[in-house]
Amino acid sequence: MNFETIIGLEVHSELKTNTKIFCNCSTNFGAPPNTNVCPICLGHPGVLPVMNEQAVDYAMRAAMALNCEIAEDTKFDRKNYFYPDNPKAYQISQYDKPIGENGWIDIEVDGKTKRIGITRLHLEEDAGKLTHVDGENHSLVDFNRQGTPLVEIVSEPDIRTPEEAYAYLEKLKAILQYTEVSDCKMEEGSLRCDANLSLRPYGQEEFGTKTELKNLNSFANVQKGLQFEEVRQEKELLAGNVIGQETRRYDEAGKKTILMRVKEGSDDYRYFPEPDLVRLAINSEWMDRVRADIPELPDARRERYVKEYDLPEYDAMVLTQSKKMSDFFEVALGQGADPKQASNWLMGEVSAYLNANYKEIDEVALTPEGLGKLISLIEKGTISSKIAKKVFKDLIEKGGDPEQIVKDKGLVQISDEGELRSIVSGILDENEQSIEDYKNGKDRALGFLVGQVMKATKGKANPPMVNKLIVEEMDKR
Amino acid sequence: MSRITKEQVKHVANLARLEMDEAEVEKFTTQLDDIISMAEQLNELDTENVEPTTHVLDLKNVLRKDKAQPWLSREEALKNAPDHANGQVKVPSIFE
Amino acid sequence: MFDKSISELHSLLHKKELSVSELVQSSFDRINTVDDKVKAFMTLNEEGAMQAAKALDGKLGTEEARGLLFGLPVGVKDNIVTKGLRTTASSQLLGNFEPLHNATVVERLNAAETITVGKLNMDEFAMGSSNENSGFYSTRNPWNTDYVPGGSSGGSAASVAAGEVFFSLGSDTGGSIRQPAAFCGVVGLKPTYGLVSRFGLIAFASSLDQIGPITNTVEDNAYLLQSIAGYDKMDSTSANVDLPDYLSSLTGDVKGLRIAVPKEYLAEGVDEDVKNNVLQALKKLEELGASWEEVSLPHSKYAVATYYLLSSSEASANLARFDGVRYGVRAEAENLLDLYKKTRSEGFGDEVKRRIMLGTFALSSGYYDAYYKKAQKVRTLIKNDFEKVFEDYDVIIGPTTPTPAFKVGEKIDNPLTMYANDILTIPVNLAGVPAISVPCGLSNGLPVGLQIIGKHFDERTVYRVAHAFEQATDHHKAKPEL
Repeated sequence: MNFETIIGLEVHSELKTNTKIFCNCSTNFGAPPNTNVCPICLGHPGVLPVMNEQAVDYAMRAAMALNCEIAEDTKFDRKNYFYPDNPKAYQISQYDKPIGENGWIDIEVDGKTKRIGITRLHLEEDAGKLTHVDGENHSLVDFNRQGTPLVEIVSEPDIRTPEEAYAYLEKLKAILQYTEVSDCKMEEGSLRCDANLSLRPYGQEEFGTKTELKNLNSFANVQKGLQFEEVRQEKELLAGNVIGQETRRYDEAGKKTILMRVKEGSDDYRYFPEPDLVRLAINSEWMDRVRADIPELPDARRERYVKEYDLPEYDAMVLTQSKKMSDFFEVALGQGADPKQASNWLMGEVSAYLNANYKEIDEVALTPEGLGKLISLIEKGTISSKIAKKVFKDLIEKGGDPEQIVKDKGLVQISDEGELRSIVSGILDENEQSIEDYKNGKDRALGFLVGQVMKATKGKANPPMVNKLIVEEMDKR
Repeated sequence: MSRITKEQVKHVANLARLEMDEAEVEKFTTQLDDIISMAEQLNELDTENVEPTTHVLDLKNVLRKDKAQPWLSREEALKNAPDHANGQVKVPSIFE
Repeated sequence: MFDKSISELHSLLHKKELSVSELVQSSFDRINTVDDKVKAFMTLNEEGAMQAAKALDGKLGTEEARGLLFGLPVGVKDNIVTKGLRTTASSQLLGNFEPLHNATVVERLNAAETITVGKLNMDEFAMGSSNENSGFYSTRNPWNTDYVPGGSSGGSAASVAAGEVFFSLGSDTGGSIRQPAAFCGVVGLKPTYGLVSRFGLIAFASSLDQIGPITNTVEDNAYLLQSIAGYDKMDSTSANVDLPDYLSSLTGDVKGLRIAVPKEYLAEGVDEDVKNNVLQALKKLEELGASWEEVSLPHSKYAVATYYLLSSSEASANLARFDGVRYGVRAEAENLLDLYKKTRSEGFGDEVKRRIMLGTFALSSGYYDAYYKKAQKVRTLIKNDFEKVFEDYDVIIGPTTPTPAFKVGEKIDNPLTMYANDILTIPVNLAGVPAISVPCGLSNGLPVGLQIIGKHFDERTVYRVAHAFEQATDHHKAKPEL
């Protein structure tokens, strides 16, 4: 690469308040079109906005978690543009006094930590949802989403690679989820991302012309889109062409970015202070109150896992990447499960199942209580780890209480010495050749015999005990 | 000297989503120019150290509780809509 | 009947010498007789009003009928939304609009059990000083129908002057209550910004708009303000102050009162007759024990420019929602851009377009600091002028308008001359202070208004002075013949 890549990201995240930012309508996702609306969010004549306190608190909380300075004096502005999903033809947003500024987050790429600056975080209202019907010459508007509180988070141009962009987004999402201000579901639109990328010759201070990528529906596509853009721009520049100020979208099928529109100058949004809302004066008491509500953030939790549970650094990192996974882990521990065992299960069997089925941890039947008990059953010797895997399959697909499943299916491990000794005796009677092989120093014969016992007990025999008894019985012969 | 040009009037009309024929552009150019000339009189004042007034009352932190309260039925919400289909407001295609 | 005061009407109803139905019917009878000439009403609510009247008649003589405004007919300016009752702001664009809710002031009037007889004509979206900018038809001055009633609350003032209703609600952004009240010879108050809820008032300029009462007398005005004023949680700019008792301020006593008369308010451009009427009024107040001195509001001459920049900028955003998507009259269109442009171009009148153009320009990239922000700063200077004078004086008095009502058509072709008519009312909105216009005589058969301006939230003093003057003179008794 002859050029240095500069990437900036703009993330919009819906806050999970009960009601919209300026009216008492529910923000409930998935309601039938235009059922969570009122004259205020429909922009009827004569209506006025009143600020939702929870939205301000959440925005402050997010800003604090992203290490932003909180504005002591902040205000709202009107951003003017006509579009059918924008009922007032202005969006109430924040222009020159965002609620948070000058923040940062640390990301990790290839084992190295890098700090990415956050220029600003501001509070604004979401727009309605426009649907274009294919083959029809009209579009339809649903205003349910109109007025949902949003924070817009703008990064400094500190990101240098598409991989860093991906790591930044993952980290940002984790922080927003940990602070419990947003669901961050890209598929429901509660997290959205625009990216911009420019190239400049190494050593040059001035930024090159950037192109903007919009309508990115996953972090993976952000990364892929940026990768494509990086190569495309480099080719253009090497060919002596000029990069146009463009908005492009990532075409998933074609694995390339496609021009949406050329930007002519900057859009004239005619921002001015919103006369219908008064200023917010945020004093230290308010800040303290909000700060006190911030739950443990991923980095702190990760550190604690290493210290408190003696987990390897890698385990701690993987487990804390998602708040849901990490919360799941902690509840499982509450059931008496060993931390390392719980970590192994979550990073192993559980993750494998989730990845194979494209599911999230809260979308399967397995509960943290279930996993915790399952691990306890292994530790107590009630079931073998082999049996545990069978029980796990039941748990993750159908749910239920592992103890009950083990009992109902008769999967309890046979650890009764007398019972096992007679089974072992019977197996030895049928396999005299193996005894001979064993005595001639062929260790594999022992494994074969253990396998025969397990087969006869349908895997329920306690393996170490079987081992011990076979050796004892063979010595007697 | 004219402060406002016809091109500016056309640009502003477009921003405001107003359609104008040439005669109207002509008329608004003259009238806006008159009004802006009057507004130029404010430049006589030194306002270097003057704070702008957005609100005459110094109110702060007017907030409401995050409690949902239903208001309209969908039927009411769409009652005044010039065109609607499937419970949604209908507009000409957003794509050209 | 039509010059009866609220307390007189209340007593007639109370004694059952009059029923609510008779009273409301008399209002409609009067409208039927004179509104052909005056054209004060946009929409009548005859069926609804008569039904409501009948229901209230059942309560007459009981405890429930004790409220002073109980059963009294009222007219409401057509930019104040009324649930299910067509509300157009006198714009063709909203010609078919039926609001889904009531404005807070309408809810409060309903709680006081007044009866809304109809919606009153105005300059489209409250932009204008003559009612000639109504998208439908122009209201005429009841004193002489060749003359304008003033604006934008022309219908509200004319309907009271013509005896169609006993009182009405108007709205005032740069003089829109006081100027038509002066032109029509009635009493109109623009309350302190934030005293009356704006929820349900179709916004023109949000930082300037206030709803206020238009009445025959100062006492009636105080009654009406008492019932509509006060904190509203639906309006973030509504002041959370304890509501004083306005009636008890009507003592007739102005002894020791210190009056400031800005020299700029009696300067060149102010009609001689108007000036003389105001000086007569000041003399009367002196006789009553008040004293007056000339003062200066040095930034007055910048008020008109400041006002037009700020109000038009806010209006350009406030009126952007009228796009034909969710309500209103949608134009036939091929595509989305066309829909916006045709709907707005066909739906809005010239004055509205002019203000939207000015406001859009003042906010646009490269001009914001020079025009919008500059005007916001000058607004601070104008506000400071008032604060300084109020350090030493109780009220500021001057004419409401430089001239009495002008002829229909006289100024319509020249926006700047029309704007200059608001020169004495505009500074009050910029400062957010309260002001009242009360009749102080006639000039060539047309009423002249006296403007009394008070400190923030000091409507009590404004009323006290206005009432003392009114009761010491007979100007308010003069009525037009129709």
